[in-house]
Amino acid sequence: MKRIYVKEEWCLGCRLCEYNCAFANSGEINMAEALKGKQIYPRIHVEGNNSITYAVSCRHCEDPVCVKGCIAGAISRSQGVVQIDREKCVGCLTCVLVCPYGALAPGENGSMIKCELCLQNQCGAPACVSGCPNGAIVYEERDENQ
Amino acid sequence: MKQYVIIGNGVAAAGCIEGIRSRDKNGGITVISEERHAVYCRPLISYYLEKKTDPGRMQYREKDFYDQNGVRVLYNEKAEEIDALQKTVRLRTGNLLSYDTLCVAAGASPFVPRFDGIETVENKFTFLTLDDAFALEKATDRDTKVLIVGAGLIGLKCAEGLHGRVREITVCDLSDRILSSILDAERAKTVQRRLEDNGIRFLLQNSVKQFERSAAVMQNGERVSFDVLVLAVGVKPNSGLIAEAGGEVNRGVLIDEKMRTSLPAVYAAGDCTEGTDASIGEKRVLAILPNAYMQGFTAGVNMADGNATFDNAIPMNAIGFFGLHIMTAGTYVGEAFEETDDEGSKTFFIKDGCLKGFILIGKTERAGLYTSLIREQIPLDQIDFELMKKSATSAAFSAQKRKTMFGGVTDGTD
Repeated sequence: MKRIYVKEEWCLGCRLCEYNCAFANSGEINMAEALKGKQIYPRIHVEGNNSITYAVSCRHCEDPVCVKGCIAGAISRSQGVVQIDREKCVGCLTCVLVCPYGALAPGENGSMIKCELCLQNQCGAPACVSGCPNGAIVYEERDENQ
Repeated sequence: MKQYVIIGNGVAAAGCIEGIRSRDKNGGITVISEERHAVYCRPLISYYLEKKTDPGRMQYREKDFYDQNGVRVLYNEKAEEIDALQKTVRLRTGNLLSYDTLCVAAGASPFVPRFDGIETVENKFTFLTLDDAFALEKATDRDTKVLIVGAGLIGLKCAEGLHGRVREITVCDLSDRILSSILDAERAKTVQRRLEDNGIRFLLQNSVKQFERSAAVMQNGERVSFDVLVLAVGVKPNSGLIAEAGGEVNRGVLIDEKMRTSLPAVYAAGDCTEGTDASIGEKRVLAILPNAYMQGFTAGVNMADGNATFDNAIPMNAIGFFGLHIMTAGTYVGEAFEETDDEGSKTFFIKDGCLKGFILIGKTERAGLYTSLIREQIPLDQIDFELMKKSATSAAFSAQKRKTMFGGVTDGTD
């Protein structure tokens, strides 16, 4: 399946991916209305140290420990995409405790949010990728076993 | 066609069903369910009392889960005896069920110590099942005074769940601190303050000497009156069926990394078991939901002639009270390192150059990176642990490791 991959040597640390992600998942049509003056809840986060930066989002693991660990049965994997049912989620943070990538965080109402590849929102394909000014985030089909 | 029998209908059983079906689409699966409910999210019963969820949303799987997986569920039924030679399970109704492979996922029961006068208490409850939550809901209103015996995970989640429903909650415990199984004294104080700020009263290092109908006489002589009593002293693994069948049992049913018991063709999973704690390499009851699922799934795969292993179970808990999030994992051995600021504290336990355990209060972002350091026993000199202590981030790993994590590159070792 297609996944998001990052090239940390190309990342500028501009955090546009975070803004594009928050906008894509806001349900608003106007970016300023969606984000201006508001706390944003992106599903991708730029991390780094003094020398490098890179964006972290869900890896959509083949064998996702968040799905197995969720105490609310709220996380599932469908056609390779790991999804969260925010209606079922109670915000206990067990998924945060088990995800080895740090890919989940609480959203605006305390229930958890994570990257779902923009397949369910108006973008239809990852907004972080199309909006990255330096091509540091890509959405590709790769055979990770080769 | 193979016949699979699963004793129990909780999350470990659901994992077992999915494990079996990942390999065998046709074999017959029969689930023996003492509870009248389809598999639900047991840890959410306190959230139900808090009105943060409802029975519909508490379903662990979709409505058609059993149908889709071709599973026959015997509700309100109980397994009375396992005959490991004949490969049969005798039911309460007297019927015999034959199996090719069996999984015991029988869960745990409340441990209720003997208290003088307990028989005089009319409104007494335990807090482990959805029906327990329904019963407590029915028995309480805005005027109710509640006494909870036991300041562990169950007792305190029950307190939080009841908080908005009742007038007064008192929690007592023999221990000198709350959550003594997962917190040290200092951290326990922090969490206790949060609960006290929300009106919950504690009587610690103090147990009930005697019950007199709707009052408890404490060891220090204090008298606590109540309308509803919740007994949350602890739980004990339901290991009796295996023990009586001649299988090896310690506190829980002893299992190996394939979830095999000492009886042939009999597997076990979930809260009734005692597996290896990978953080210290010793046998321990690890009664937490993620392990239940993973053990169940592993058992299921192996019951269907697969070859699955689950060998990195560790104790871990994500729990919160009134908005204060707490995460703990592993074992608190070795040297302790602490990072504290206004947002909370992180305490790390390091031994033999590896992370063995942690306690996070309030600062829980990306904690799974710490958990994986324990699970994988990654030597800390291979990472920038100084950075990691402050912030759980893969920036503390090597560029090569990050490429395998996020860049779609294999690490070249295989």
